[in-house]
Amino acid sequence: MLELAGITKVYPGVTALDNVSLRVGFGEVLGLIGENGAGKSTLMKVLGGVVAPTAGTIRIGGQDHAMLSVTQSMRAGIAFVHQELALFENLDVASNVFMGREPRRFGLIRNKHMHDRVAPLLVRLGADFGPGAAVAGLSIAQRQLVEIAKALSIDARVIIMDEPTSSLTLRETARLMTTIGELRRDGVSTIYISHRLGEMKTCADRVVCLRDGRVVGELARDEIGHAAMIRLMIGRDLKALYIPPDAASATCGCELLGVTGTAFPGRQVTLTVRKGEILGLAGLVGAGRTSLARTIFGIDPVMGGEIRFAGQPLAIASPRDAIRHGIYLVPEDRKRSGLILEMPVVENITLANLAAFARIGLVSRDREASVSSTQRKRLSIRAQGNQTPVITLSGGNQQKIVLAKWLSMQPKMVIFDEPTRGVDVGAKNEIYKIMRELADRGVAILMISSDMEEVIGVSDRIAVMHEGTIGGVLDRSQFSESNVLRLAIGQELEAAEVH
Amino acid sequence: MLPKKELGLLLLLVVISAVTAVLNPLFLSGVNLLDMANLIGLFGIFSIGEGLTIITGGIDLSVGSVFSLLGVIFIDLVANRGIAWPFALMAVLAGGVVLGAIQGFLITRVRLQPFIVTLCGLLIYRGAARYYTDDSTMGFGYGNDADTLSWLAAGRSFGLPHSFIFLILVAAILGVVLHKSVFGRYLFAVGKNEEAARYAGIDTNLVIAGAYVLSGLLAGISTIFLVFYTNSVSPSTFGNFYELYAIAAAVLGGCSLRGGEGSILGIVLGTALLQVLQNLVNILGIPSSLNFAVMGTVILLGVFADQQLQKRREAAIAAAPERARPVAVAEPG
Repeated sequence: MLELAGITKVYPGVTALDNVSLRVGFGEVLGLIGENGAGKSTLMKVLGGVVAPTAGTIRIGGQDHAMLSVTQSMRAGIAFVHQELALFENLDVASNVFMGREPRRFGLIRNKHMHDRVAPLLVRLGADFGPGAAVAGLSIAQRQLVEIAKALSIDARVIIMDEPTSSLTLRETARLMTTIGELRRDGVSTIYISHRLGEMKTCADRVVCLRDGRVVGELARDEIGHAAMIRLMIGRDLKALYIPPDAASATCGCELLGVTGTAFPGRQVTLTVRKGEILGLAGLVGAGRTSLARTIFGIDPVMGGEIRFAGQPLAIASPRDAIRHGIYLVPEDRKRSGLILEMPVVENITLANLAAFARIGLVSRDREASVSSTQRKRLSIRAQGNQTPVITLSGGNQQKIVLAKWLSMQPKMVIFDEPTRGVDVGAKNEIYKIMRELADRGVAILMISSDMEEVIGVSDRIAVMHEGTIGGVLDRSQFSESNVLRLAIGQELEAAEVH
Repeated sequence: MLPKKELGLLLLLVVISAVTAVLNPLFLSGVNLLDMANLIGLFGIFSIGEGLTIITGGIDLSVGSVFSLLGVIFIDLVANRGIAWPFALMAVLAGGVVLGAIQGFLITRVRLQPFIVTLCGLLIYRGAARYYTDDSTMGFGYGNDADTLSWLAAGRSFGLPHSFIFLILVAAILGVVLHKSVFGRYLFAVGKNEEAARYAGIDTNLVIAGAYVLSGLLAGISTIFLVFYTNSVSPSTFGNFYELYAIAAAVLGGCSLRGGEGSILGIVLGTALLQVLQNLVNILGIPSSLNFAVMGTVILLGVFADQQLQKRREAAIAAAPERARPVAVAEPG
């Protein structure tokens, strides 16, 4: 019902799409995978009418188009559920669904009519909120339903979902999978873009892989598997994720003794992150993992308990204090908290340690540049130069800049919060390698991750959080998806598995 | 070499000056040039302070009223209470610092918006100045001992007005601070992304408050120059709208009201351009009622031209091939 034939998009100096042909059947869920920069976004922009292809045709409902306009795309029933949700928080659900297409009479919005039309859509999606709910009060999963309702309200026949689960909890993800299944039954097709290969296995009827702007392969339903998908994406087999440590980790490290943060008053966290280990911190989104990281790093105040390092109690009242003690954070949202996007690579790398580059308060640009160049080489950061603004780099390279900032200093403990979110497979492995190197140097690593594959594949031990406290800690011999999940939802491990 | 933005501004300044000079050669007469240099000095000093607050993503609307309040206090101390001028001078500078610190405190610790805080400052200081003097104009009597200070503020050395020399000095010092020092880098970082700056361990509150304190100090210094320029202070009009001149100069000089952008040289050139425009209105016999209109038009054109250039530059960056990978389209997938 939707067919792309020979789509090519050439930007000055770069071929973003090279003769891409793609077909989406009636009620089919097409998985689209590929590393960052493979051309997925550009392809979707072509479908959305935002980018005009240089060559090729788009066939919708038997009609050929050389290009689409935004309105044509919408009329043809193509809808987007965006990666970064594009909703107006200050308005209610119905207003968001009808944004720009408000039913009106005499120039005034017909609120009642609008609500009446949105209500059945929400029921159909199994939403637990009504059309009058304020978007500001909705969770990310609920907001996604609003976006899908919006798609249904224009009678979408193809819904494009770009990384829809990147901020969803496991349960919400499962719910989304069900929704996609229901849409399929109603004959609505979905193009599902994700880095989470497990989800592809769950929901896709067919998977197409892009690499360097080309379609490099296609997997039918029964061929979809991790190894096959990864092989297509990077063009080679991936080694196992786990890199064993050089030596057994120390027994001491960063101890959290009954630490209470602002997010879960009354709940205490007691946990030791040993020097030289990677401790995975799993749990459902909202279990308090990021709040714990913020508390340790001094962004939120410590309401109770004590943080110790190597036996010494630490007074941490601000990120400045944490950094002085050698505790660093690679934050969840690198664009908002980790980087100053418009600033050049070098200034981002030296920002946290600028005083070390200064004499009598004046910064030595030469010394900055030399450290920046060293880090760029060491982490193989793909940037034209030290002065390149960080905003022009890909997600993986941006994350490496955040790492470079801390690596150029003296880390004792590094907290990684979702370190590989929005990062392509190749860069992911480099980041894991850096984590292991740090651990082998005796640094304590706390890695918060919602990616099950990552938690199990990378960690030496896994601590699982549940509603603001530690539900349990697993050794490598106990690692399994079901054990992590069980602890995450507050159940006990099965007796046989407890040592 | 000059950055493109400043170069463009300098070029604009030269072209406008040249055209004015051709239309009326008196523009280049010694008296006129000295007069302009003096005004550039007077306005430039506090415009730099304004620029610093704008670079942090804030604004300081209170400077004009600060002049009025500190001005009447200064004259009162020297002329009526017979305080020796060095002490009165210290009092005024300290007053500027204190007012800046209060505003900085309200903005960073109480988390009020800079626009609101300094707008209230504008109203409060002006009101206080008028109440303090019963709304009457204050001037120096005869035979006070502030002659030395008067010479320092309104005199000339090497043929140049002291205000202008002082501006060069302030610009040189703050130029180094803004563009070479750790504090300067922090100002830009905080202006661009306060949260990321905090996550990098920067005491963002201190940095932002620092900008307002500096702005207050420079306003205090400017007060002295302005008082000796007019020799009297009528509290209801003294320094009226001067904050807007400062904002205009900073914006014209490349400071973005979104924060994180700007340069000292740009602010000084912006001030110079504004003063040349004022002068041009006078010297070309344009009705002086059009004064503000001319200024507004030129600022609008300047900012528009700059935005167009910026767009073109960004397009060039986006189009540049970044080795193997199409980075322009790489994010997010």
